[in-house]
Amino acid sequence: MTHGTQVLDQMRPPYPAEPGAGVYSSKLGMWVFLASDVMFFTALIGSYIVLRFGAPGEWAKPGAVLNVPLTAVNTFLLICSSVSMVKAYAAIQDGKKYFLRPVPGKLLRDGGLKFWLLVTMICGAAFVSVQVVEYIKLVGHGFTPAGFREGSLLAEHAAADPIKYGVTVAGLYGSSFFTMTGFHGFHVTCGVISMTYLYFTKVLPEKYSPQDYRGIEVIGLYWHFVDLVWIILFTIVYLI
Amino acid sequence: MRWWLPDAGSTFAGPIDTMFLVILIITGIALVLVEVGVVTFVIRYRARPGRKAFYTHGSTRAEVIWTAIPAVTMVALGLVSNHYWVLIKDKKSVPPNAYHIGVHAKQFEWQITYPGPDGKLGTSDDFTVRNQLHVPVNEPVAAELSSEDVIHSFFVPEWRLKQDAVPGMHIIAWFQATKTGEFELGCAELCGMGHYKMRARVFVHTPEEFKAWLTQQATGGGGGGGSE
Amino acid sequence: MSFWRKYIFSTDHKIIGIQFLFVSLFFLLVGGLLAMQIRWQLGFPGKPMPGGGILPESMASGGVILPEYYVQLVSMHGTFMVFFAIMPLLVGVYANFLIPLKLGAHDMAFPRINMASFWLALLAGLIMTASFFVPNGPIRSGWTNYAPLAARPDLSGVTVGQMLWCISIVVLGLSSVMGSLNYITTVINHRAPGMTWFRMPLSVWALFITAILGVLALPVLQGAAIMLLFDNVLGTHFFDPVAGGQALLWQHLFWFFGHPEVYILILPAMGMVSDIIANGSRKPIFGYHSMVFAIIGIAFLGWIVWGHHMFMSGMNPTLGSTFMVSTLLIAVPSAVKVFNWLGTMWRGNLHFHVPMLNAIGFVSMFTIGGLSGIFMAATPVDIPIHDTQFIVAHIHYVLFGGSLFALFAAIPYWYPKMFGRMMHEGIGKLHFGLTFLFYNLTFFPMHIIGMGGQMRRIYDPTIYDFLKPQQPLNVFISYAAFALFAVQALFLFNFLWSLKFGKKAPQNPWNDNGMEWSLSNPAPHGNWERTPNVYRGPYEFSSPEAGDKDFLPQFMKLPTDRDPVPAPVPAAGH
Repeated sequence: MTHGTQVLDQMRPPYPAEPGAGVYSSKLGMWVFLASDVMFFTALIGSYIVLRFGAPGEWAKPGAVLNVPLTAVNTFLLICSSVSMVKAYAAIQDGKKYFLRPVPGKLLRDGGLKFWLLVTMICGAAFVSVQVVEYIKLVGHGFTPAGFREGSLLAEHAAADPIKYGVTVAGLYGSSFFTMTGFHGFHVTCGVISMTYLYFTKVLPEKYSPQDYRGIEVIGLYWHFVDLVWIILFTIVYLI
Repeated sequence: MRWWLPDAGSTFAGPIDTMFLVILIITGIALVLVEVGVVTFVIRYRARPGRKAFYTHGSTRAEVIWTAIPAVTMVALGLVSNHYWVLIKDKKSVPPNAYHIGVHAKQFEWQITYPGPDGKLGTSDDFTVRNQLHVPVNEPVAAELSSEDVIHSFFVPEWRLKQDAVPGMHIIAWFQATKTGEFELGCAELCGMGHYKMRARVFVHTPEEFKAWLTQQATGGGGGGGSE
Repeated sequence: MSFWRKYIFSTDHKIIGIQFLFVSLFFLLVGGLLAMQIRWQLGFPGKPMPGGGILPESMASGGVILPEYYVQLVSMHGTFMVFFAIMPLLVGVYANFLIPLKLGAHDMAFPRINMASFWLALLAGLIMTASFFVPNGPIRSGWTNYAPLAARPDLSGVTVGQMLWCISIVVLGLSSVMGSLNYITTVINHRAPGMTWFRMPLSVWALFITAILGVLALPVLQGAAIMLLFDNVLGTHFFDPVAGGQALLWQHLFWFFGHPEVYILILPAMGMVSDIIANGSRKPIFGYHSMVFAIIGIAFLGWIVWGHHMFMSGMNPTLGSTFMVSTLLIAVPSAVKVFNWLGTMWRGNLHFHVPMLNAIGFVSMFTIGGLSGIFMAATPVDIPIHDTQFIVAHIHYVLFGGSLFALFAAIPYWYPKMFGRMMHEGIGKLHFGLTFLFYNLTFFPMHIIGMGGQMRRIYDPTIYDFLKPQQPLNVFISYAAFALFAVQALFLFNFLWSLKFGKKAPQNPWNDNGMEWSLSNPAPHGNWERTPNVYRGPYEFSSPEAGDKDFLPQFMKLPTDRDPVPAPVPAAGH
């Protein structure tokens, strides 16, 4: 595939080497890093599964404590950001380094790398912002990592309907919710910061080209991973 | 000065000590082979003027032999070990006629609950003693382990008995003492700064002595014995 | 390049390796000082320790070590030795220093990330050290830090110290992952032409496999440490049974990391020992392919044995049976390696330079450590010896008798490449002999004390009647340990003195075959000006092709050799 070999040609080192993985080093490095991140989330999510299914009481019913519709919108935002990431990657593969270019005969403009990566960053930042707001609201309502805060509105509701709110294991519920989603949010934040850095140091000065767009591909891999983890988290934390 | 395992004091000690000895012999042979090999080679093949090393990259036959022999040995060891492991630790191995006592570990003492005259644990005539474990000889006893706070471990060396007491878990460790006398119980899992002094005195009684002790506790003797 | 860029904030893998060396040797010393205090208390319980007066009253009242301080000593001795001494000495130093050199590469794949990995490791070490100086001091729950004790400040008595331990571990994990990224990518993508997979020295194979273990295992510990931190400060309940959490969850997470970790602590040692024994024997390594597969086998099996640390934990006995099987099996590839080292020495022409002496010491001591593991693997036999000094003996035979002797071999071996000078041979030989003697006198009797039933981490064995008869052995061990520690002054002196006054090193002082010996001593920045070619395997000692020499380096081109063809579509990039 032409695009692939073009990338590989640029990866030709200033010195010869034995055939390795067949991918350039930054990409290989990102795959290795993602493997480590899989293990990290496995520890958190695996613990959640063990704790939930070994719990002495019933877990809270979906939607009782958490705001599923709001988070569904947030999930959509993150998925959109993955789509825009793919569009950004495709754009630079085609050499579209620009922001927006008018298309003759069409109302809609053609987006280049600068446009699509910015969309990705904005969607990512929006996701984190919504999550921060969600956290503030949850804690205000009474949901903390330690469980349902005494005297809070949530505690009152929970006392009235202990089964629905999973009162007996509220501590576990809070512990696992905030830890898993919190570290995911941290990963999204790191991704947005990295993209911002690349945007100002490499994208705006048009340093990427169809011959060398490694940074975009590598950050794209990371971004898709973070999105995938969210799909899993959203399902097992919010929906089940 | 002790140079070996403590005196055998339970039915587990026989198989465990035998296995220990067997493993010692097997590993001892392996150790002697390796160390004698090292010493022999160090002397015999030391560099001297005019000598040259024998150029070889190895021997597949040697690899097969010294992979197969350890592998077969380990598998055999595993089968024998598992047999006794199940006998000692499996829930189904607890003898149905075992005398149940409650052992509740906490920082830093052992609270041992005995079924009272009705012989049933968990009834109103149970009584609890601190840091004193009394059991009859030659009768199976089932210690129902629990913990108040952190992980402790119930360890009586002469009985070759060790089982962690874990908060949130109810674990049964059964045993049958074979020697009367006074022994000691220590905690074998770091449980805080008082871990070292979580010691209990262990008394293995003849059946008559045990009955007498039980009666004495249930009537006048009441409540805690001393701790140490 | 300014002094700062050249020696402090350097991206040169060799400088980074040397930075790790100095910092880790310092932490090794700290770990040793902690051990001396432990041995004082165990040998002479309740007696004031010489020099104990400098310790604050909260640790040692009138110079007598307090029980709280004792459990802190054992906890931090383990923590410092495992995380800040042995692991960085084996991996941080030698993965960094050796991998590009032995592969014919100019540097690591990601030099700046590599630099960050050192500074993060140093930061983690400083955070851990700081825990000694906070209210209530460092952790008291053992280097294994079991919950619920570690999760409940009200039960452990430790607050800030526990937080610092968790944070330090998370930072160290990050450092480790960053290092592993480099090691793995460099080995896969940056081998010089002709350096095929099965021409890599065993040291590189071992470091490569170790890096894979690290990148997959450390994140699990990070996750566990974060959960433990949250239990301590945020009021979460992961490990708190009262609120539905599980005490055993910590053990599963910790040991799922912990067992691969101990293979991280031994595999690089094994790899380097292989290189050194082949060199000292002037013979190819016996069974090179078997050795590679043994490394891979140990690493693979290492993921499925973690439960053998938990035989007495209350986990389902059937689970115990499965872990017993995998644990017994992992003895096999280790045994294969020992036999192959013997096979290498067999019919060799043995030169007993200091690295070779220590490497042979490694083989004999690691054998003892490995064999003692079989007692614990057999689950019924583990019952009397679990959590006793028998385990402590095993740990120290593999970590000291194993890893540390391997380091005593590796450090003088690659010293000329690092510093351009040789360490003093005479002092090295004396150090080896005395260390070997006092080391065995210190740790072998621990097997006996453990058999007798002395539990781990107890402040005063003499309060137990059944342990009193063994106390003379405790005293003996303590004296031997003091002597062992004192003898290390020889190594420390030799290491530091030789930096300035050591004999200037010839280019290839050991007549070795590795790629690194084609460079001057110390090796220059960027290593080779032009990428070298590799013409053969790593252990062609006494090869008939070598003529009257008894070695034939990988980089030496014979008239009959053809230049290797580099990959048509080279994938190695930056």
